[in-house]
Amino acid sequence: MTMVAPRPGDPRITSALVAEHGLTDDEFQRLVRMLGREPTFTELGIISALWSEHCSYKHSRSLLKTLPTEGPQVLQGPGENAGVVSVGDGLAVAFKIESHNHPSAVEPYQGAATGVGGILRDVFTMGARPIAMLNSLRFGSLDNARVRYLFAGVVKGIGDYGNCVGIPTVAGEIVFDDAYETNPLVNAMCVGVMKESELITAKAEGIGNPIIAVGARTGRDGIHGASFASEDLSEASDAKRPRVQVGDPFTEKLLLEASLELIRSGHIVAIQDMGAAGLTSSSAEMAERGEVGVTIDVSKVPVREEGMTPYEILLSESQERMLVVAKRGHEDAVSEILTRWDLTAAVIGEVIAEPVYRVTEGDTVVAEFPGSRLVTDCPRYSPEARESDEIVRLRATDVAGVPELPEEKDPLWTLERMLSSPTIASKAWAYRQYDSTVRTNTVIGPGGDAAVLRLRASNRAIAVKTDCNGRYVYLSPRNGARAAVCEAARNVACTGARPLAITNCLNFGNPKRPENFFQLSEAIAGIGEACRALDTPVTGGNVSLYNESPSGAVYPTPVIGMLGLIDDVAHVTPATWSVDDDVIVLLGEILGEPADGLGGSEYLARIHGIVAGAPPKCDADLERDTIACLLECIRGGHVRSAHDCSDGGLGVALAECAVADRSALVGAEINVSAWHDVPLRELLYNEAQARIVITAPESSLGEIARIAVKHRVAPMMIGRVRAGSRSLEIKHGKNRTLVAPLERLAAAYHDAIPAIMEASIESAAVLEQAAVTTV
Amino acid sequence: MKFGIVTFPGSNCDYDAYRAVVDQLRAEATYLWHKTEDLEGVDVVVLPGGFSYGDYLRAGAIARFSPIMRQVVEHARRGGPVLAICNGFQIACEAGLLPGALVRNAGMRFVSDAVHLRVENAGTLFTSGYEQGAVLRIPIAHGEGRYVADSTTIGRLEDDDRIVFRYCDPAGAVTGDANPNGSMRGIAGIVSDEGNVLGMMPHPERAVDPLLGPPDGLPLFESLLARMAV
Repeated sequence: MTMVAPRPGDPRITSALVAEHGLTDDEFQRLVRMLGREPTFTELGIISALWSEHCSYKHSRSLLKTLPTEGPQVLQGPGENAGVVSVGDGLAVAFKIESHNHPSAVEPYQGAATGVGGILRDVFTMGARPIAMLNSLRFGSLDNARVRYLFAGVVKGIGDYGNCVGIPTVAGEIVFDDAYETNPLVNAMCVGVMKESELITAKAEGIGNPIIAVGARTGRDGIHGASFASEDLSEASDAKRPRVQVGDPFTEKLLLEASLELIRSGHIVAIQDMGAAGLTSSSAEMAERGEVGVTIDVSKVPVREEGMTPYEILLSESQERMLVVAKRGHEDAVSEILTRWDLTAAVIGEVIAEPVYRVTEGDTVVAEFPGSRLVTDCPRYSPEARESDEIVRLRATDVAGVPELPEEKDPLWTLERMLSSPTIASKAWAYRQYDSTVRTNTVIGPGGDAAVLRLRASNRAIAVKTDCNGRYVYLSPRNGARAAVCEAARNVACTGARPLAITNCLNFGNPKRPENFFQLSEAIAGIGEACRALDTPVTGGNVSLYNESPSGAVYPTPVIGMLGLIDDVAHVTPATWSVDDDVIVLLGEILGEPADGLGGSEYLARIHGIVAGAPPKCDADLERDTIACLLECIRGGHVRSAHDCSDGGLGVALAECAVADRSALVGAEINVSAWHDVPLRELLYNEAQARIVITAPESSLGEIARIAVKHRVAPMMIGRVRAGSRSLEIKHGKNRTLVAPLERLAAAYHDAIPAIMEASIESAAVLEQAAVTTV
Repeated sequence: MKFGIVTFPGSNCDYDAYRAVVDQLRAEATYLWHKTEDLEGVDVVVLPGGFSYGDYLRAGAIARFSPIMRQVVEHARRGGPVLAICNGFQIACEAGLLPGALVRNAGMRFVSDAVHLRVENAGTLFTSGYEQGAVLRIPIAHGEGRYVADSTTIGRLEDDDRIVFRYCDPAGAVTGDANPNGSMRGIAGIVSDEGNVLGMMPHPERAVDPLLGPPDGLPLFESLLARMAV
């Protein structure tokens, strides 16, 4: 064993210092036992990062193991930088979602921008060229000034970064709810394409191979970002703003091109992003995967400033840096490629046979761990799980008796109010700031049920979407998580895609609280159930715990990123209506069933300010059958448009089909008189799952009915498209017809968010701030 | 007939221009690395969109000093066609190939959308495939696309029919509402004095494949091909 002595100037290891590093007494003792001695300050820093929740999954790993991760389509499951799935014709798709919640809570512009940068690197280090970005965002109410500032800053950060790198941002979701007021959720997903043969993993191999640091120099920014992400937000969090990194999308673009060139060149064996916990985690994880030892000399790492300590160099989260294991003797070839892209490379270490993780500063050893135990010996926890009594009570609340407001006597008022709910309303204010068409693959861009991207050199396309209704998961975690998977599947299916695989981003509160750990374990169980039913394995993802502030935890929000495959681009299906006299058919769960109800609905939240009741039951088998039915109808050429029912139920879905494309408003006559004994608000706004509104030529009705029966699904003809009409008419019994002028619905839907944001001084402040940041 | 597409560090629409030429126009294309001084005998130079050098100083301000730009300017002086799109338009203005400048959008925000353009001059090298006054639908994606110039320059552009495209509504009316970035006189694209350099903020190379939307950008490339073949 090498001699490891404290470095002159290092602080003494005290229990206060240990606590400051987020380690419990037990964890510290575990570290001492592993080393057989007291750790140095540098070693304490390394362990603090690697054993943080963000890097170690110490509270979630045992639960994640229960998820289905295998299938013939899966080329790379969890554990790598990104999951990889075969999409046929020799092509593969790499995709992953990751959170950047805490940085975005204190510094929205840079927090969101660097979140985009990090997930991009995770995908191109697999050998895939990124072709699309998605974002799943949660904020508090836009009535709140700071929320408007966060929303505007996050959107600008996402746009400025993705636009500059030249990757289109094509889909996502934005939800506004008080539960996220102080702790927004910013989850970014990246999707890339490669030939199956180009897949590369981040596994250090080959004794004597050099380890090379590539890209930006290492500075003092973002030190301990991973641990920051692994604690609750508090008043003091603002003071941790320096832990937020600063992004440089121009360098990222160069790094992207250079990395892909390096991977294709055959000069390297492995490549990994220096992401959370920087050099420390990238080098330790690559060594662990390759079952080899490594030695790193921090004095060889290119730094931005003089006098950086090993501790700082190892834990910096400076952006746009990669760690590469090259083939011995190919250093010059690697360097040549990087120089062409104006990037630097420095050999900083070596793969060694001795089973040890060693860090030196010149000739002095400053940290040393036996084997790969610093990764594998991480503590595992299964804390107590117990549902909160408050939530049991909320779920049991009978919401059918909530009295209607006087305004609701006019059902048009209610429909407009629903459409102008920021959670439902058009998000064009945000996605107009995102380049969604660069790289010329975008068949369906933002605003559709899912985005569709063609695969070049193939007749295929992929569909991608993120989804999660946190309110459902809050009220009923297992059912709600099932619903998140199913909604994402339904959305990609509506564009004509067969759901293929998922990535997930589990945003939860502090797992040490039993009510939070209950939600986490139930939600993971629900994801597993739905993924098994739909045959969509989990290929990776990210766990973000500690999403809480003094005002409480966020809604448990397991965001699902779904990948679907369209075998023939001719099957790509839009969401909005177009052809006069087409019949409108509802597929899936039948109307007026006992399952209907308003529990957990957007209607109750938006109109009455109530979050209670049992959310709609999600039957994953029915979802699978409904999707199979829809896809067979689409492949048979019977479907002209398809749109799923989700937030806001059937009423909102119908209105969206009519007015989501503001340049082509299309009316319809709907007749739901058969259900005249069900109150209109329940019929229109209950959020029963497994429902899809399709339009078809009348001549296809017979075939659709035959296909539906085959899949045990009920097709209900509920109306007809009236292209010349200027209204959406919904007949609900004799003399009871809601006549909704399209112009009014369109105004409610399209103007809601711009009206708030364009009048907002906080939104303007972001423009000033960002202008300063980028100059 | 060969297109040369310049790749600056930070260019990100070079690929789209290349695919448009090769896949849709079925013509020959090659990438030209910004550090080279050899145009490899190309007939048309494309300065593509993107964020050359991150646009950190001012859009296009650094790219104009790349070695290849000397050759591009020389090519233009000889009357060779240059198609400058988005960031390429900004670079062309910085390099003095076109008058005026592109500054931050009036709304301050990046704008990504499909907009309508009216063909103001169907007599140029780039637009002979369009009808005069035709309304096109073409994507835009830029943060600094507001065209500005002094009144003498604007007057000359108008008098010489060098304003090639203006932003308009679906019916072809040039209105304030249809102008996405506050450009003077709704200007979306102009040509040089000699008519051989076209600068435009919208992306015709993104509107060439019917799968992705109306292929209204394709006639622009076809116009070049037809004229160069003569």
